[in-house]
Amino acid sequence: MLLITCPHCGPRAELEFSYGGEAHIARPIDPTGLDDEAWATFLYKRSNPKGVHAERWRHLHGCGRFFNVLRDTISDTIVTTYPAGQPRPALPSDGKENAR
Amino acid sequence: MQNYSAFSLFKQALGGHAGWQKQWRSPEPKAEYDVIIVGAGGHGLATAHYLAKEHGITNVAVVEKGWLGGGNTGRNTTIIRSNYLFDESAALYEHALKLWEGLSQDLNYNVMYSPRGVLMLAHNIHDVQSFKRHVHANRLNGIDNEWLSAEECKEFCPPLNIGAMRYPILGGALQRRGGTARHDAVAWGYARAADARGVDIIENCEVTGIRRGVNGAVEGVETSRGFIRAKKVGVSAAGHTSVIMDMAGVRLPLESYPLQALVSEPVKPAFPCVVMSNTIHAYISQSDKGEMVIGAGTDAYTSYSQRGALHIASHTLDAICELVPMFRRLRMLRNWGGIVDVTPDRSPIIAKTPVPGLYVNCGWGTGGFKATPGSGNVFAWTIARDEPHKINAPFTIERFRDGILIDEAAAAAVAH
Ligand SMILES: Cc1cc2nc3c(=O)[nH]c(=O)nc-3n(C[C@H](O)[C@H](O)[C@H](O)COP(=O)(O)OP(=O)(O)OC[C@H]3O[C@@H](n4cnc5c(N)ncnc54)[C@H](O)[C@@H]3O)c2cc1C
Ligand SMILES: [Zn+2]
Repeated sequence: MLLITCPHCGPRAELEFSYGGEAHIARPIDPTGLDDEAWATFLYKRSNPKGVHAERWRHLHGCGRFFNVLRDTISDTIVTTYPAGQPRPALPSDGKENAR
Repeated sequence: MQNYSAFSLFKQALGGHAGWQKQWRSPEPKAEYDVIIVGAGGHGLATAHYLAKEHGITNVAVVEKGWLGGGNTGRNTTIIRSNYLFDESAALYEHALKLWEGLSQDLNYNVMYSPRGVLMLAHNIHDVQSFKRHVHANRLNGIDNEWLSAEECKEFCPPLNIGAMRYPILGGALQRRGGTARHDAVAWGYARAADARGVDIIENCEVTGIRRGVNGAVEGVETSRGFIRAKKVGVSAAGHTSVIMDMAGVRLPLESYPLQALVSEPVKPAFPCVVMSNTIHAYISQSDKGEMVIGAGTDAYTSYSQRGALHIASHTLDAICELVPMFRRLRMLRNWGGIVDVTPDRSPIIAKTPVPGLYVNCGWGTGGFKATPGSGNVFAWTIARDEPHKINAPFTIERFRDGILIDEAAAAAVAH
């Protein structure tokens, strides 16, 4: 079971949370302006990385708020958590990974 | 290939069983193949088998990063059934079920297919209505599935508790031709049969890149054992499909989740069939070794860690203890996880991709073992002819763009 740090309440057991899928997928401002391919990408296509994943969690049995988590999907280690609405924090290794 | 029979067993016994050959070779990769299959799970090996057997394409390599059958094929709980709701799914899974019925003979390998019946329990009005709908839809498709009252469920599977509990058993849908098979034997049998027809199975060989030419078409795969050339590459990598397709710049509607299973200490034959309960999240059957094989739904979050959280497994056991009270004092022996690739509609993708020469067979999620023969069969067709078989034609990537989902998700939201 994960120990997840809610940015508002602090560290709590995973049982208090519900998982909300990949983060930073914003609903298009003008849906009717999109073609089918772009709409399908928004609805269904996911990065599903083997490595650091930005994802939404909700502190369901706590403050009830959504927030974001960076988690390594190889080890399930939580790298950091941050409030919803904030951009994804840069990681020290990010530059290296992109250069590869 | 050495033929397996009662006679060969007897003959080898006289020689102290020293005369058995290896079931498949361990060849070095050649520089070039007609087709490369990525992933030596049941689906990849079956694809190679049918490519060789039905399409005469024998210059084939199956490359596997670990050992063959070590992925979900060797981790699954082997439930086989074909009573899916929609016509497209019914055709696909029934194609597989028909192949299961003759598979041991086809492969000359005992896959221990055991049609002992799969009973899916209903616990509320919604279940009753939806299962009855399945029964009717299945009948129209010529697939056996019948409704049993709670008493009839108990008669078919005496260990069940049909008395008062939080989610009482109101009845169930039974597919008598459903059952189980021996997971390892399926991988080994396909490997042996494909190898005998000339297919190279290359273990400990991880695909690290997909090379494409100036026109965008596939030229081969980079691997931990060097570049291997091929104009056609079929990806059958289950939970790692996103990772491999990313190497070719293709993003799919997939997410990878851990799915757990557990087995008890072995006991004498005590459980006659497969019982599944979607509503309270548990299923159970007894292996021929005597262990109770137990599983449920996926873990909550995406992961490649091949293990899940204990609270998910113990939730499953809560349900098992309610359903089958006599197992309350049974001890659990082992618990493990596999990584399953899940699509939004819980139906697979068996299709060509936007990249010429690249084919994908994925999205089987929690329930692809049962489809192994059928999936390999139509995937081989798709690769050999560069067009889908009519059975897998609806299972495209484009269905998500075109809004033609095959939404089994709504029909059965649990592992099986
Ligand atoms: C716990 C559990 C229980 C399940 N229970 C059932 C059930 O009861 N009934 C049912 O029908 N289904 C069940 N399933 C689902 C079923 O196991 C899968 O759908 C099915 O086995 C997938 O087969 P496959 O051959 O596609 O995948 P796998 O057997 O996983 O094969 C994919 C292979 O690809 C290899 N690979 C990955 N990346 C690379 C790379 N870069 N290079 C080379 N090789 C690579 C992997 O090592 C692996 O061997 C269950 C799954 C799990 C995990
Ligand atoms: Zn909180």
